[in-house]
Amino acid sequence: MHLPQRWNPVLLVLAALLLLALAGLPFLRVAPNRLVSGQVVEFWDVLAGPTWLLAVSPFALFFAGFARQSRALLALVLAISAVLVVGLLGLAAHHAQITAQIESSIARVSFGAAFWSAAVLSALIASDTLQRLRATPLQKAATGIGVVLLVCVMLASGWCDSLSIMKEYANRADGFAAVVARHVQIVGLAMGFTLAIGLPLGWAAHAHAKVSSVAFPVLNVVQTIPSIALFGLLMAPLALLAANWPALGAAGISGVGMAPAVIALTLYGLLPVVRGTLAGLQQVSIAQMNAARALGLKPWQVLRHVGLPLALPVVLGGVRTAAVAAVGLAAVTALIGAGGLGSIMFEGLFSNAQDVVLLGVLPIVAMGVLVDALFRALISLAVRQARPHG
Amino acid sequence: MDDSASMKTPHKLVAASTLLAALVLVLPYCGPLFAALFPQLERPVYTQESFAWLLLQHSLLAGASSLVAVVVGTVVGVAVTHRDGLQFKPVVQSVVAIGQAIPPVAVLALAVPIVGFGEVPALIALGLYGLLPVVQGTIGGLQTVPAAQLCAASALGLSPRQTLAYVEIPMALPVWLSGVRTSVIINISTAAIASTVGAKTLGSPIIVGLSGFNTAYVLQGAVLVALLAVVVDLAFERLAERVALKA
Repeated sequence: MHLPQRWNPVLLVLAALLLLALAGLPFLRVAPNRLVSGQVVEFWDVLAGPTWLLAVSPFALFFAGFARQSRALLALVLAISAVLVVGLLGLAAHHAQITAQIESSIARVSFGAAFWSAAVLSALIASDTLQRLRATPLQKAATGIGVVLLVCVMLASGWCDSLSIMKEYANRADGFAAVVARHVQIVGLAMGFTLAIGLPLGWAAHAHAKVSSVAFPVLNVVQTIPSIALFGLLMAPLALLAANWPALGAAGISGVGMAPAVIALTLYGLLPVVRGTLAGLQQVSIAQMNAARALGLKPWQVLRHVGLPLALPVVLGGVRTAAVAAVGLAAVTALIGAGGLGSIMFEGLFSNAQDVVLLGVLPIVAMGVLVDALFRALISLAVRQARPHG
Repeated sequence: MDDSASMKTPHKLVAASTLLAALVLVLPYCGPLFAALFPQLERPVYTQESFAWLLLQHSLLAGASSLVAVVVGTVVGVAVTHRDGLQFKPVVQSVVAIGQAIPPVAVLALAVPIVGFGEVPALIALGLYGLLPVVQGTIGGLQTVPAAQLCAASALGLSPRQTLAYVEIPMALPVWLSGVRTSVIINISTAAIASTVGAKTLGSPIIVGLSGFNTAYVLQGAVLVALLAVVVDLAFERLAERVALKA
């Protein structure tokens, strides 16, 4: 039995940083229109009416750090930090509504550094508290999904529509789903090719040492080449191909766009997938395979019933690395005209519009975290499958 | 074993760096070659800055940010694996895990509104992002030290500081080095993209070429960036071989 800790230095440090951020950094920026840079609004200026509770909660978290860390206190800390994440967004959105009414409907309200720091610090406090409560993966996921759902409800209800980033979204609402779909399409196609080539290649590398001694040096070099350079290196040959064989050009192959993007992402994904497959198969012990053979299983049955289930967690680990990287790399493919969320991000970057950058970046980050969580869940499922009595 | 894959690392390193140096010096005089390859282009060779200067800028940017990332990342990694810092390990590890799901180019894009265009946002973004693999490598490396070894060290009367210097650091070195290697390679890659936020690097010919439909510029920048990354990676490979030999 673990005795509750006398105090919690992690909570103290994070809550102190939270208070410092809210006190010293701009919470919001308010500009009369889209083009001029805004004026700073402090956190304390935004508070009105019952929202003072939000200002009290960082102090409450800070003092909770000095107390004996009982489960009840930790549960309270978790609740406060989760409310804080959602509440900060609600507060910012509320101030944006008031600004729209009092000043003008074209006024722009953007998040400041204090908002981002406070949101991230609150999320970290919540995650550390879950750890201290010894929460199961399911409980952690439920907490995360709960907070995300609350944020989604707030976005869907129109409460946040006066915020600058939501106005940028409204300007692009018609095409936004298509941009997200294109991003998913680039990642999906690349991952499809990666698996179709990588899994057999990994198996071949396991079976024949010669294959692995040729494949790995090549894949290692590919992995080293910066993304933008690989796109560039693919551009010239693809453009030549398309120019010389019009049929290829008609099929959508050209120096820019989807073709080089998907090819490059596939090449990047191969190393983790092949490495994962090889490592997964290698850790299946010879004794296990022999036992299966001794039971009279045919070679393909050995692979199907023994090799694959035991190798699966490690293989999925490789696929996870490749997929998370692909979501991020797909952002860069916008530079070669492949579209996707990167196109919104670079548009914002080149027109110096922070909220447009965010509109592109936030979904990419969310997608990356989502893919990561999805594969973590799949991996723990596969581990349980492989050791049913473990 | 007769294929190029079995060529020794030092030989590959010498070959690749010679090729890089040769290309930097020779490319400016390759106008006729690129004119023949891309007859429709008026200016077939990038001349806004010299390739040697861009290579230097690129190396400085990636080098400076990597240095900061390695120093800070190692200190953080050592701190959270010892005594009072241990409590902070889960938080630091979740920051590292979530941070790595964020693409480097996003960090770059987010730094611009805060500090403006130029070298500074690039330096900040590269330094921050480079931290994560170093922290991961430091923690991972220190975790490979068996508990029995730590017991033996304290039984010999070594102070915690001496244990760190003579037992933990030498044993953690290979894993730490692979974290540093990842960090530096990512930084070289992100430094190339940093030319979209106004930093002058070997990515500049690529970005200028992409926006001006000049495939020759793109190719010149791409070959040099790729070679630079390969050379640095080979240098780390050589270093890793030496460390493994010592251990």
